[in-house]
Amino acid sequence: MSGTFLGMPAFPRAAAESTGDARLRANLRHATRTIRDKRARAVAELPDWQRLRAAGAAVKDRTLRHLDHYLEQLERAVTEAGGTVHWAADAAEANRIVTGLVLATGEREAVKVKSMATQETGLNAALEKAGIRAYETDLAELIVQLGDDLPSHILVPAIHRNRGEIRDIFRERMGQWGRPAPDGLTDRPAELAEAARLHLREKFLRARVAISGANFMVAETGTLVVVESEGNGRMCLTLPETLISVVGIEKVVPTWQDLEIFLQLLPRSSTAERMNPYTSMWTGTTDGDGPRDFHLVLLDNGRTDALADAVGRQALRCIRCSACLNVCPVYERAGGHAYGSAYPGPIGAILTPQLRGVTSPLDASLPYASSLCGACYDVCPVAINIPEVLVHLRERVVEGGEVTVRGTRTRIRPARGHAAERAAMRAAGWAFGHPRLLRAGQRLAGRARRLQPRRLPLPGPGRAWSATRDLPPLPAEPFRDWWQRTRGDRQAPEGRADRADRAGPEEERERGESP
Amino acid sequence: MTGADSRSVVLARIRRALHGEGGGPPEGPAPARDYLPAHTAEDDPAALADLLAENLADYRALVHRCTADGLPGLVARLLTARGARTVLAPPGVPGDWLAAATAAGITRVPAPGALTARELDAVDSVLTGCALAIAETGTLVLDGSPDQGLRRFTLVPDHHICVVRLPEQVVASVPRALPRLDPARPQTWISGPSATSDIELDRVEGVHGPRTLEVVLLGGAAPPG
Ligand code: SF4
Repeated sequence: MSGTFLGMPAFPRAAAESTGDARLRANLRHATRTIRDKRARAVAELPDWQRLRAAGAAVKDRTLRHLDHYLEQLERAVTEAGGTVHWAADAAEANRIVTGLVLATGEREAVKVKSMATQETGLNAALEKAGIRAYETDLAELIVQLGDDLPSHILVPAIHRNRGEIRDIFRERMGQWGRPAPDGLTDRPAELAEAARLHLREKFLRARVAISGANFMVAETGTLVVVESEGNGRMCLTLPETLISVVGIEKVVPTWQDLEIFLQLLPRSSTAERMNPYTSMWTGTTDGDGPRDFHLVLLDNGRTDALADAVGRQALRCIRCSACLNVCPVYERAGGHAYGSAYPGPIGAILTPQLRGVTSPLDASLPYASSLCGACYDVCPVAINIPEVLVHLRERVVEGGEVTVRGTRTRIRPARGHAAERAAMRAAGWAFGHPRLLRAGQRLAGRARRLQPRRLPLPGPGRAWSATRDLPPLPAEPFRDWWQRTRGDRQAPEGRADRADRAGPEEERERGESP
Repeated sequence: MTGADSRSVVLARIRRALHGEGGGPPEGPAPARDYLPAHTAEDDPAALADLLAENLADYRALVHRCTADGLPGLVARLLTARGARTVLAPPGVPGDWLAAATAAGITRVPAPGALTARELDAVDSVLTGCALAIAETGTLVLDGSPDQGLRRFTLVPDHHICVVRLPEQVVASVPRALPRLDPARPQTWISGPSATSDIELDRVEGVHGPRTLEVVLLGGAAPPG
């Protein structure tokens, strides 16, 4: 893939460009609505969903608070099981390690299974520079790669392409990458999938090196987990001789048992299935079954900077289900590309500025890519309070202050050219500074769902996205209320507690003991 | 910068980030697990088997039921119906499961462990057992035991027949499954044949794994009707 997210225009401009693209908008609208409705049904099947969600958040928070311990435990377990663990402080180092490992095998090509971490590091471009061809094998990623394009959705990265375009891309480009598309290929999805099967099978059977990410890593056992649908993951994880997995350090969970939470939360929240078609789990290497060499590259690349921020840290709980994208009115309108990183939608709006800092105009504008409607928070399977982090990051953009950049605490100056944002910030900050008002507002909206305005007017740059947008229906009970109702007497979820310096006396009491 | 340096750099960043709030081994009780261990009654094996069958079928697996006596005949019928000429069965699959099929002229591939991926690609069908099945989610779990074999066996051929023994191999839920599985063994959890919704969200079954998944529920109560 030669495309890159760097040098993207700032969000409002990129959003204005893509909202002008009627087809992109129609595709996105159809897709997000379809997934949204299916997901709601899959979640409704589990009466204990909110308890699973709270447990998921609590386990992730605890893991983050002892991340050093769990990473060392993981490293020991993986090593004992025959794997090799590498540590990468930043993207360049991760790319260097992977490039070196591939070159050491003597191979000049590798098959890849969809991995957001390697999109984040721009691995494909780095490999290309070293003369290594990386083949994406996820159908959507293949479409994106052949089309010399960028992914636009976490789960369905080619959501911005329709079947006719996909057929044209396959006809024109497959031959340059390997087995050409069959003659007379039509735009029927089943035929297109068959063309991809034939094109990729050739590569799987030949491949000697594979590169993957992972959804979870179990510290106590050293087990890695990859959740997928198509089977390209299984091909990459079992057929080649060398497997290199690049995984963000926040993907660790403490115990084998913890998977019972996340393997219930992720498929239902992501693809709206009771379980996804294929889940692979492996621990180091196994004689005669699967790769002989297994390398795990643990990636920081800004994650520890996010960890240093007690409010922003909750973004590291994310299990990349993409549910927040599908409910987001801003995402539906703007499309994934406007977010200018591997992470689109609400999660991108809070994760990217923390991983990369808020010094570029794009990253500084990301925290504004939201109307703060809260739908993302309500669907998030690990209860990330995305609006809270957005407001927190806006404050940082507007007022500057102390942040951690590549492990060093620094003070950033208030951003210039954000006068309008400052006004928006003041309005939103006021509500968030008065938690009782905010809660009352949420409850009111929950009770009077039919009365909510269909259009949400926003001051400042927010107007650009809110002018023509319909609001998603609000859930009957906001998570926050549910939490107070069912656990108000217990400890608040770690890391989710409101910051002390913004909490009033009443908030202090409600929070219970701070973690 | 070498990897060893980065290890200490990353760990030091984490400790600095958590200063005063955490770091080091966790203290205190682990988070509450007050979610349900299962979402369905677990004391009725017949109902669990029905739920498993229903959820498997919902994700486009073809479900069959039979008794031990009927298994060889059923396997032979399924293979013949597909026009299979070769079938791979890992060494732990009992010979009598394939007795009728081999009698009908279908060849059981010898020494499958020695086959390359390309050779596997030429095999028509694969027959295995499983480690367990999860009723609530319609999931089969394979863990490389002798009747399941290497992971690539159930990946490259286009037709997979998987036998589940009732009632002992069926659990209700994911929380019931994990304690019965050994994390040291490589695992594949299978819920229906592979699928993609990448083209305009139209679901297409069968991309890279076996495009046809047939599940045989063996034993238990006689099928209704
Ligand atoms: S933030 Fe939550 S809803 Fe969004 S992708 Fe991550 S886990 Fe899913």
